[in-house]
Amino acid sequence: MVSILPLTLENATAHMRGKKLVGPVSLTLAPTGFTMVIGPNGAGKTTLLRLMHGLQRCSGGTVAWALPATEARTRQAFVFQSPIMMRRKVRDSLAYPLRLRGMGKAAALEKASHCAASFGLAGLLDSWAPMLSGGEKQKLSLARALIIEPEILFLDEPCASLDGRATREIETILQQAQAGGTRLVMSTHDMGQARRLAQDIIFMLHGAVHEQSDVEPFFTSPQTTEATAFINGDIVE
Amino acid sequence: MNGYADGFWGAWVLIFTFDPALYEIILLSLQVTVSAVIVASLIGLPMGAWLAVNRFKFRRYVIAVLNALMGLPPVVVGLFVYMALSRAGPLGGFGLLFSPSAMIIAQVIIVTPLIASISHQTIRDLWAEYHDLLISMNATRGQRIMALLWDGKRSLLTATLAGFGRAIGEVGAIMIVGGNIEHATRVLTTAIALETGKGNFSFAMGLGLVLIMIAVIINLAIHIAGKTERASTW
Amino acid sequence: MKRLLSTLMASLLATVTHAETLKMAVTTSFYNSGLSEILLPEIKADLDLDVQLIVVGTGQALRLGVAGDVDAILVHARAAEEKFLAAGYGSHRREIMYNDFIFVGPTADPAHVEKAETAVQALQYIAMTEAPFVSRGDDSGTNKKELALWAAANTTPEGDWYRAAGAGMGATLNVASGMNAYTFSDRASWLNFGNKGGLTLLFAGDPALFNQYAYIPVNPERWPHVRYDLAMQLEGWLTSDRAQTLINAYTINGDHLFTFNATQ
Repeated sequence: MVSILPLTLENATAHMRGKKLVGPVSLTLAPTGFTMVIGPNGAGKTTLLRLMHGLQRCSGGTVAWALPATEARTRQAFVFQSPIMMRRKVRDSLAYPLRLRGMGKAAALEKASHCAASFGLAGLLDSWAPMLSGGEKQKLSLARALIIEPEILFLDEPCASLDGRATREIETILQQAQAGGTRLVMSTHDMGQARRLAQDIIFMLHGAVHEQSDVEPFFTSPQTTEATAFINGDIVE
Repeated sequence: MNGYADGFWGAWVLIFTFDPALYEIILLSLQVTVSAVIVASLIGLPMGAWLAVNRFKFRRYVIAVLNALMGLPPVVVGLFVYMALSRAGPLGGFGLLFSPSAMIIAQVIIVTPLIASISHQTIRDLWAEYHDLLISMNATRGQRIMALLWDGKRSLLTATLAGFGRAIGEVGAIMIVGGNIEHATRVLTTAIALETGKGNFSFAMGLGLVLIMIAVIINLAIHIAGKTERASTW
Repeated sequence: MKRLLSTLMASLLATVTHAETLKMAVTTSFYNSGLSEILLPEIKADLDLDVQLIVVGTGQALRLGVAGDVDAILVHARAAEEKFLAAGYGSHRREIMYNDFIFVGPTADPAHVEKAETAVQALQYIAMTEAPFVSRGDDSGTNKKELALWAAANTTPEGDWYRAAGAGMGATLNVASGMNAYTFSDRASWLNFGNKGGLTLLFAGDPALFNQYAYIPVNPERWPHVRYDLAMQLEGWLTSDRAQTLINAYTINGDHLFTFNATQ
C-alpha cells in the first residue's frame, strides 16, 4: 500500500481572526519515526499539529501529503489534550470509528472488545465514557485513534493532566504503536518525556520552528540560546 | 366557597369511577397532542440539528426567525389555520375544518418551532464538544448529524416533552379549528372552557385536575431526563 | 415503539371516519338549554345520524353557513336569517320551536326591573340607575334582540355599567353572576344554568321577548359538498311528532323550556 507520508509543509501559515498563529513553517515529516514538538506555552505547538492534521485551515503556503488530501484524511488520527468523550459506553465509543468506515455493528463491537484489552480497558467496556477518570479517558482516546490503524497519529500533550502511572501506561502504548510502524507526532511540556520517546525534536517559538534536529543532538548540543534556556528550564520569551 | 369544595370532591369521584365522558375527552386529548408532537418532532428535531451543524449565509436570520416563531400566539395560529381550512379558504377542499386533523395541524404549527429551537440549542452545544473529534474522524455531514442526534437523544427528549407540555395545555387554536364538538373534537382544555361557562364546576375541575396531573408528569419526566443527561457526563 | 405509533394513528383515524355525519352550527342559547342532550341520542337512534354541533353565536353560525363549513344551522334571529336566505346561502327556513327572553338580575333589584311593564321600560330603568348590566356582545341572536330593544328604548347603552362580555350565554351568565349584575338571557339557558348565585328572574312576558328558533339547511347549489340529503332528513325529524313530544316535554325543575311550533 502506498503511504500518505512524507508530509511536506512549505511556508505554511495559520491565521485566526487576522492574527498570525503559526508560520511560515517549512518542514518534512519522514515516513517513519517519532517526532516530538516542544516549546513554551503559546509557541504554536497545538496549532502546528492541527495545521498538519487539517483541523486548522492553512491560510498561506501548502500542506501536502504524498497522496491526495481526501485519501490522506482517512489514514490519520488525532488525540486531543483534553479528551473528547462521546456520550456513549466505552465499547460503543471504540466501535464508532469503525462504524464510520462502514463496518457492520456486530463486527465493530467485537473488534472493539478485543482491542480494549491491549489498552487496559477490558474491565471498562460497559462504563459510560464521560464518567471515566482522566487517565482512562486518554487511554480510550488513544485506543479509539489506533483501532483504525492509522498511518500517522498526532497527539497534543496527551499526558498533560495525567498522573505518573497513567503517563507510563500511555507511553508504553505509544512505544508499542511506534514499533508496529505507526508514524507518531506529539507535542509535550515534559522534557523527560521528550527524551524518552522522541527520535527527532521540533522546537517551536513564537509560532515558528526555531530549531529542529534529532533528539540526542538537540539535548546535548542545542544550537540556539532559546533552546538551551528552554532545556534548562528557564522561562523563554 | 362551598361550591368549589363540592366541585373538587366531585372531580376525584369522576376520575376514580372512570366516568366515560371524562375518559373519552382524556383519550382524545392524548390522541391529538401525541400525534401532533410526533409530527412536530419528526420535523423539528432534525431541523434543529441541521441548523446547528451547517453554516450558510442566512443562518443567523433563520435562527432568529425560528426563535421568534416560538412566541407566535397560539390563537393567531388557530385563526390562520381556520381561514386556510375553511371551505371558503384555499385548503377547504380537504374538508378538514372541525376535525381532530385540523387540531393536529394547528398544534404542529405551534409546537414545531419550540422543538426545533430547543433541538438547535442542545445540538449546537453538543456539536461544539464533538466538533474537532468528528472532523478528525472524517465523518460526513450525514454521519455527524446522526451521531449528534443519537448522543443527544436525552436532550432531544426534553425538547419533545416541552412540546408536549405546550400542546396539551393549549386551548385557543384548537377551540377555533376544532369547534369543540362533543365526542369529536372536545379535548381537556376546550371542555374546561365549556363546562366552566355552563357552571358545571365538578366536571370542569375533574378535567382540570387531570390536566394538571399530566402536566406534572411531563415536567417530572423532563426533569429526570435532563438530570440523567448531566449525571452521565460526570 | 413502532407498534405504539401505528396503534395511535389507527385509533386517531377511527375517530375521524364516522358513519353518517352532519355538521350543524347552533346557537349557544340553544345548546345551553340542554335540549340537545335529549335530542341527539334520539336522532342517532332513529336516523343513525351523528349530528356534530358547533356551538357559536348566531352571527358566527350564519357565517359558517356562508363559508360552507357546516351543513345546516339552527338560529334565532329572524332579520339576519332573512338576509342569509336572500343572499342564497340557505335553501329555506323552517320554524321549529320558540321560547322567550327574560331579564335576570340581583335579588335586591336596585333598578326596580320587576316593576317595569314592558321590556323596553326595563332597559330604561337599568340605564337610568346605571345598574351594572352584562351584554352578550357577540353578534348572537340574543345580542341582536337586546340591541333592538335598546334601539326601541331610544337609548344607546354606554358607560362603565354596560359590560359587553363577547361570550356565549353560559359564560355571560357566569360574568353576571360574578358581578351581581343584570343581564338579558333566554329562558332555557337560564333554567339550565348551574351557577345562579345571587341572581333571580326579574322580568318576562312582554310579547317583544318572543324568541323563535329556525332551522336552515345550507344551500347545496351554493356549496355542492354539503350533505343536503342528511340535512333534509334531520329537518323531517325536527318537525315530526316525535320531536314535538320530546321538545314539549323537556323541563327543568318542572319549568317548561321550549314550545314546539313547526308546521307540517
